[in-house]
Amino acid sequence: MSLLQVTNLSKHYEGRLSLAQRLTGGRKSVVRAVNGVSLYVNKGEVLGLIGESGCGKSTLGRAILRLHEPTEGKVEFDGTDVTALSPSALKAIRRRMQIIFQDPYASLNPRRTVAEIVGLPLALHGIASGDEARAMTTQVLQRVGLQADQIDRYPHQFSGGQRQRIGIARALVSNPEFIVCDEPVSALDVSIQAQIIALLLELKQELGLTYLFISHDISVIGYLSDRVAVMYLGEIVETGPVASVLDNPRHPYTQSLLSAVPEIGAKRAKGRVRLQGDLPSPLNPPKGCKFHTRCPLAIPACQTLAPVTQTVGLDHFAACHRLEEGLSLLESAR
Amino acid sequence: MTVLLEVTNLRTEFSARAGLVRAVDGVSLQISRGECLGVVGESGSGKSVTFASIMGLVRPPGRVTQGTIFFDGCDLRGMSPEEMRAVRGRDIAMTMQDALTALNPALTVGEQLAEVLIAHDETLPTGRAARHNAIKDRCVEMLGLVGIPSPDSRLRQYPHEFSGGMRQRIMIAIALACRPKLLIADEPTTALDVTIQAQVLELISDIRAQMGMAVALITHDLGVVAEHCDRVMVMYAGQVVEEGPTDDVIGHPRHPYTRGLLASIPRPAMRGQPLTPIVGQVPNLMGLAPQCRFHSRCPLAQPSCLVEVPMLPVGPGRRARCLRLEETA
Repeated sequence: MSLLQVTNLSKHYEGRLSLAQRLTGGRKSVVRAVNGVSLYVNKGEVLGLIGESGCGKSTLGRAILRLHEPTEGKVEFDGTDVTALSPSALKAIRRRMQIIFQDPYASLNPRRTVAEIVGLPLALHGIASGDEARAMTTQVLQRVGLQADQIDRYPHQFSGGQRQRIGIARALVSNPEFIVCDEPVSALDVSIQAQIIALLLELKQELGLTYLFISHDISVIGYLSDRVAVMYLGEIVETGPVASVLDNPRHPYTQSLLSAVPEIGAKRAKGRVRLQGDLPSPLNPPKGCKFHTRCPLAIPACQTLAPVTQTVGLDHFAACHRLEEGLSLLESAR
Repeated sequence: MTVLLEVTNLRTEFSARAGLVRAVDGVSLQISRGECLGVVGESGSGKSVTFASIMGLVRPPGRVTQGTIFFDGCDLRGMSPEEMRAVRGRDIAMTMQDALTALNPALTVGEQLAEVLIAHDETLPTGRAARHNAIKDRCVEMLGLVGIPSPDSRLRQYPHEFSGGMRQRIMIAIALACRPKLLIADEPTTALDVTIQAQVLELISDIRAQMGMAVALITHDLGVVAEHCDRVMVMYAGQVVEEGPTDDVIGHPRHPYTRGLLASIPRPAMRGQPLTPIVGQVPNLMGLAPQCRFHSRCPLAQPSCLVEVPMLPVGPGRRARCLRLEETA
């Protein structure tokens, strides 16, 4: 039974019209940041969400928590339809669904002490107050590897890695079941990144947490996820168990993404796929398959017809017109 | 191969209100003609300041206080600012990490490319129209070289009209305009997505091969170094801690910091196995005692490590700054 079930979720942003455009009957431009995404996360599992910047992965994470109100679609958490909840019911369920942000500098209020920042969820949800809240805050700070005597300091007195620990403590203090980790290690140095990843995995084991782990770093995703979803221009192009997607990627975008990662140690066994061009603008995405403008395997049908998601293996799905032919960019580049 | 750049015992200090920060402390390095040297280290390890010092770009309160810098037989530290300005951009060029802040938002890309040529290229014709056309042709050629489609029309555009990867290419084009002997690429791909990163790094490698230029690639990504560099130099807290041929250093690291760094990188193949992160944090560079700077985080540290450690030879072309080398053999 999945803890989180997302069905056909979309988040569109409408542009503003100038007065002149409004008078001449211009139409609003729409950015389809997330477009018809369906996914599930099982209890106790880590779903890794990979994609390049601007593909909509952070928007998806926030739309799931209704931090950004979804345009359409449904999010079910533990059987409850989150998208239909009233504001007060939403607040109650937020205690169980938390988020860790990417930037440990921007996500902590510089004018509040650590005790205030980490203790806020306790007060908001009416879990504890006064000395009890302080004791709980101290306990969770110690659990994430900070000292009890640092509780009255301000964020600027901490390093980047320590700040990220504060962000983790804030997410943990209300004792959630599900956490959206939005690039929690991308802003950190390699040695500090490893400390935070190790901490997140320990916490998951100990507290039985479920993560949606968003990252652009395939090594990180491959290391800690159970399943992976690959996102391109607001849509999920491939999803499946981590071993199956990384060892046998079926979508040409996943294949080129994997081959672009520089490898350490053993010389590259597989050829490199050189992807041409940049990510197209989501304001004016390509018709048909959104990847066809950069895809070396594109055929005329890709320009007009959006591909349907198909099963390509056990619990492994991909959306591409050329799956049956069993083509692999990696083979041809070898 | 002959040596192009030789830096010996370089020290750069910044005087802050709270005290003196030695950002670069006794760095020595060599780059041969046509070679690609990878410079790896975490934030604050002094890798960017080292190369800013070489370029003469350290500004007060920063100061290069010690060391010699020889480039192509010339003593860069002994040069006047005017002489240095002639070398910069012509013989040594640098690309910055963040292309959006490094490019001038108020000038078109063509104007910024032409600036370098006007400042340095003495082969340009003198007649006004001929000169104008020659500059235009060179600009188009450079943008084409770095793979920007329809360079002719894009010359008239401003930096904000380009994507991140394209801006990085423009900066590379500006750096390469005078065919430098050495390109210092400071984190050229850190701000870029992985598919674009691969494009930019391959571009640098291709151009290096074509022009026989040497490259110093500053990065914090060991994967990038493993694929693109001949030699690697690992920096920690203002010092070089290990250097040598890339495959040797990455395949068999000898300094505990290099080992820790490699063990910290999560890899899909290591699923289920615990990561072994380096504990603690980089020391404060202010008022460091003359002793091994890694000892507080080092799994092999002994009380006898609390002395100044020199770079010790550990094999052909390899050196490491550690007293416990027999334990890492």
